[in-house]
Amino acid sequence: MAIDTGPAPSQAPQPSPEPPPADLVMRLWRGDASGGRFQDYHVTPQEGEVVLDVVHRIQATQAPDLAVRWNCKAGKCGSCSAEINGRPRLMCMTRMSTLPTDEPITISPMRAFPIMRDLVTDVSYNFEVAKLIPAFKPRPRDPDGLYRMAQVDIDRGQEFHKCIECFLCQNVCHVIRDHEDNKPRYAGPRFFVRLAELEMHPLDTLDRRDYIHRDMGIGLCNITKCCTEVCPEDIHITDNAIIPLKERIVDSRYDPVAWLGRKITGRPAPLPAAQARKHTGAAHQQPAAPAPPKPGAGA
Amino acid sequence: MTDTERHDFDVVVIGAGGAGLRAAIEARELGARTALVCKSLLGKAHTVMAEGGIAAALGSVWPEDNWEVHFRDTMRGGKMLNNWRMAQIHALEAPDRVLELEEWGALFDRTSDGRILQRDFGGHRYARLAHVGDRTGLEMIRALQHRAVEIGIDVFMECKIVRLLQDDQGAVNGAVGFFRESGRFVTFGAKAVVIATGGLGKAWKFTSNSWECTGDGMALALWAGADLIDMEAIQFHPTGMVWPPSARGLLVTEGVRGDGGVLKNRDGERFMFNYISPFFAAETADSVEEADQWYKNKRDFRRPPDLLPRDEVARAINSEVKAGRGSPHGGVFLDIASRRTPEEIRRLLPSMYHQFKELADVDITTTPMEVGPTCHYAMGGIRVEADTEATTVTGLYAAGEAAGGMHGSNRLGGNSLSDLVVFGRRAGLAAAERALGLPGIPEVSETQVAGVTEHAMSYFANQSHEDAYAVHRDLQETMQALVGIIRTEAELLEARDKLAVLTERASHCAVEGNLQFNPGWHLALDLESMLAVSNCTTLSAIERRESRGGHTREDYPGFRPEFENVNMVTRLVDGEYVLTKEPKPRMPDELATVFEEGAH
Repeated sequence: MAIDTGPAPSQAPQPSPEPPPADLVMRLWRGDASGGRFQDYHVTPQEGEVVLDVVHRIQATQAPDLAVRWNCKAGKCGSCSAEINGRPRLMCMTRMSTLPTDEPITISPMRAFPIMRDLVTDVSYNFEVAKLIPAFKPRPRDPDGLYRMAQVDIDRGQEFHKCIECFLCQNVCHVIRDHEDNKPRYAGPRFFVRLAELEMHPLDTLDRRDYIHRDMGIGLCNITKCCTEVCPEDIHITDNAIIPLKERIVDSRYDPVAWLGRKITGRPAPLPAAQARKHTGAAHQQPAAPAPPKPGAGA
Repeated sequence: MTDTERHDFDVVVIGAGGAGLRAAIEARELGARTALVCKSLLGKAHTVMAEGGIAAALGSVWPEDNWEVHFRDTMRGGKMLNNWRMAQIHALEAPDRVLELEEWGALFDRTSDGRILQRDFGGHRYARLAHVGDRTGLEMIRALQHRAVEIGIDVFMECKIVRLLQDDQGAVNGAVGFFRESGRFVTFGAKAVVIATGGLGKAWKFTSNSWECTGDGMALALWAGADLIDMEAIQFHPTGMVWPPSARGLLVTEGVRGDGGVLKNRDGERFMFNYISPFFAAETADSVEEADQWYKNKRDFRRPPDLLPRDEVARAINSEVKAGRGSPHGGVFLDIASRRTPEEIRRLLPSMYHQFKELADVDITTTPMEVGPTCHYAMGGIRVEADTEATTVTGLYAAGEAAGGMHGSNRLGGNSLSDLVVFGRRAGLAAAERALGLPGIPEVSETQVAGVTEHAMSYFANQSHEDAYAVHRDLQETMQALVGIIRTEAELLEARDKLAVLTERASHCAVEGNLQFNPGWHLALDLESMLAVSNCTTLSAIERRESRGGHTREDYPGFRPEFENVNMVTRLVDGEYVLTKEPKPRMPDELATVFEEGAH
């Protein structure tokens, strides 16, 4: 049964002498755009379960109308993003056994997006940004009708293509997480990855640098690496996408020839050692991971 | 009457996986006003889970590969039940569709001379699968998604279609559904509708399929009067995860075996050598020594039996487990750790490495995986005309897994992704041509619309203790136990009776809560689809009294000539499921030579 605990977290730890199975409390955010609160559900986790399994069991046995978005339950579609004990993660790739069970496990919707219902948020902002990205414009094919590309020239692009659009990087990016008003002028980490992928694509012929600088708001990113920390695909968003984009934009103002050269070889320019150190240093001054928000803080 | 939002289009495509996206792109590019309607967010469809690759005779690794060999492999893999014309079109057009994906930004792995690398897979004579590590589906859906966005297709996300609409002559002229977020109903007027909703795996307990695969499109077509064919042909992929329980059924790509992984039983024996059927004996290595040579010299040695078509491997694993030679959690071992270096494994199979590490705490670079069969794919589906994907209902087209015929009784790995783009494009083309030839705006019947919305809303008025989750669980248990990988008449008849009870129960489901993003309600409606297709599968499985491809009858082992050229056709007549056996299209004699030439 659902037990309404109200706003104050008051569950005393239930020490279990013989785990598993241990009874534990899942504290899920329930509500919609007009408001809501956390509700506690008692569950007994089973061997090898992930958070999404437990949420599904709550749905099937205690709360049939509990809204949660999911598709593949295999970490491949990026639908079940949420904040688990304050950490932005995929519910399907978070094993229950990795979470402390002596206190309630809190699951809240992604904070940077408007709430639709329960754990489901309105992520349409991302789909609107996607429409603004100047599309891929390939050069003509070789005379035999094929394209040739060296594997080494597409390794980086393939890293970016691993993106499953879970939008956890968008969720955790301070530029929009804490400043809703930045959204109209800021594409966010997911789309910097997309833009980097296009800019570094060996076949692409378009120059998007002015656009990235002027309309995508890359200057607002202060490379705190929060996006990289939460990426379930381990894409090096900051180091491999955002910083090189920033470099290219700076470069283009001084050295169009270097830009052209890179465009032709398709290879990302190696960072000068001093600059690389500088960027890494800057990032290390920031928290390594987003500070867990207080339960309900964003709701 | 419930208020509904109204949109009119030339072409409405239902489903935004590979087939739906490709259909919508084609229709849009031909100038048709096109809507793409999908049950999830854009880019989340089940296509993203495809791992191993997309089969096309590009010939970049083996110049001797060509469409005829691909055609032959596909037909033989399907145990000759395939619609020959679909298999031919598929083999002919797949290379162009792959190159087109590249033109839209996809980055396939490369050969040393910069062309598209191809990988070995079961049943394919040559290394034929263009791929991106083991996440090819994601690459494909993203390339298509970006293209769809670029050309401005109207996308209606998280929208579930409940029923199709038809004019007085029975032609499809629209669809009614609702937005899952708000529960608000929406009516689409359309001059042509393309169904590209994928499969039905969620009716089984152990499946590699995602949430969406509830047979919606097959059911929509059935309810509109269309024929389904060969619904008994369900593919149980041989290698799904078996442990932990929550991950059971999750796909382990065939690429593991293509890249050198081998199957072993509890005793470490490579048991596949004991299961080489006469049908494939001529082309399959019959000793461990020969099989291992093949990995180094594919020209002079025959393929290992680990790479037989999926139906053969799945049955073999099933037999080993039944004989008590299985792994601790009821599967067998899939070992790549002893055959490739850890670096190679991580490079070739990054998702598999990640999946086992995260979900099972197993490092596949050091430890064999435990695997067993999982419900993976429906070869059967909506009956279509091979060249246009037109169904038996005017104005209605179908492509991808929702359509039947292309794969016969068993699909080869890699042939699904190519199927999606080859036939998605053709369906979009035919739908656009029909729509652009029709004047005016489709007149949908308000009475029909009201009937659909009232029906959908009726679950909120039901007063019972029946809930959709319980009925779904019982359906999955029933299909898993009685309409599984090995079937018998008695069990199938039992399933048929149980499905009748479940259908009755499902109609009484009571839904709690309101219209806003209410999964209990969504499941009640998805159950209607799952029950419809489960009924068709069971009926067809009863009547096909032979074993062929994905349909194995313990009481009728082996092929029987009277079923060789017969499609099992199911349709609804006055609300009853009716099955007829109808001859499948006959292959022209000149194509038969492909099989003679290819036999050596």
